Amino acid sequence: MSRKTPEPVQVVKQRRDAALAALVGGVPYISFLGIAFDRRGDELTAVLSFDEMLIGNPILPAIHGGVTSAFLEVTALISLSWAHIWSDLESGVLDVEGLTAGKLPRLPKTIDFTVDYLRSGLPRDAYARATITRAGRRYASVQAEAWQDNRARPFAQATAHFLMPRPVSGDD
Amino acid sequence: MSADKARIARQFIQSIPHARALGMQITALDDGMAEITMPYDTRLIGDPETGVIHGGAVSALMDTCGGAAVMSHPAAPAGTATIDLRIDYMRAATPGQSITARAEIYHITRNVAFVRATARDEDAELPVATATGAFTVEGS
Repeated sequence: MSRKTPEPVQVVKQRRDAALAALVGGVPYISFLGIAFDRRGDELTAVLSFDEMLIGNPILPAIHGGVTSAFLEVTALISLSWAHIWSDLESGVLDVEGLTAGKLPRLPKTIDFTVDYLRSGLPRDAYARATITRAGRRYASVQAEAWQDNRARPFAQATAHFLMPRPVSGDD
Repeated sequence: MSADKARIARQFIQSIPHARALGMQITALDDGMAEITMPYDTRLIGDPETGVIHGGAVSALMDTCGGAAVMSHPAAPAGTATIDLRIDYMRAATPGQSITARAEIYHITRNVAFVRATARDEDAELPVATATGAFTVEGS
């Protein structure tokens, strides 16, 4: 009985980081808003770097509600897509070189999105994480939460439903 | 829209950095009603394969439009903040076309304005998205 030798750490990291970078880098709107993803194993944290362009209320000042909503939607969408490709990525079914070359998996489509604004978004960086509450073959439910100074005091939360992409073989 | 209202509307949009960044323009404004247009922009693409605008940009348009509808109401002179917003995405917006949102207060109390909004591209028959939201009412 021989156990498979674990992959070298650089190989694992390189594969996961390259796949995440390809997934995120393929969407112009994510870089337009200045959102980046921090990865720990399979867990993602979205980071919204503050910029004047994100302001919605110049008097307070506060981050635009639409930016907060978009930030949560991007977090939910990328987290869901990431979880969706994770096992294929790890097993080698999904080819990282293909991903990097621009052969990206189809993204889930947002069906509906509900956001609660809990406090005003301050003019500084914000963070968000998503939890996939149900991942079905066709539909998925995702919750997301965004915070700034204190993780325990979120400034917005969202619930979203997504339509999952069809498997490539049965695609149009 | 009267010349006076048009000037106020232009100033309102110009004072919001993010609305400016998205190129939004108020095309109609009345007590408790607003219409805002956002031009197509490749920086806002959410699906690189089709060139369709990201839902988040549509959210930002809906939120701004809802807020403008509330602020245009005589009972909310001191501004507003969104309490919650729900958006239903009915179909992908056609790439290359601008998106126009129209928001209306359908009920207002001393503290809360209830708003409905619809976003359409150049095919006005079938909406791209609809939204309902609650906004705070800040009296003078």
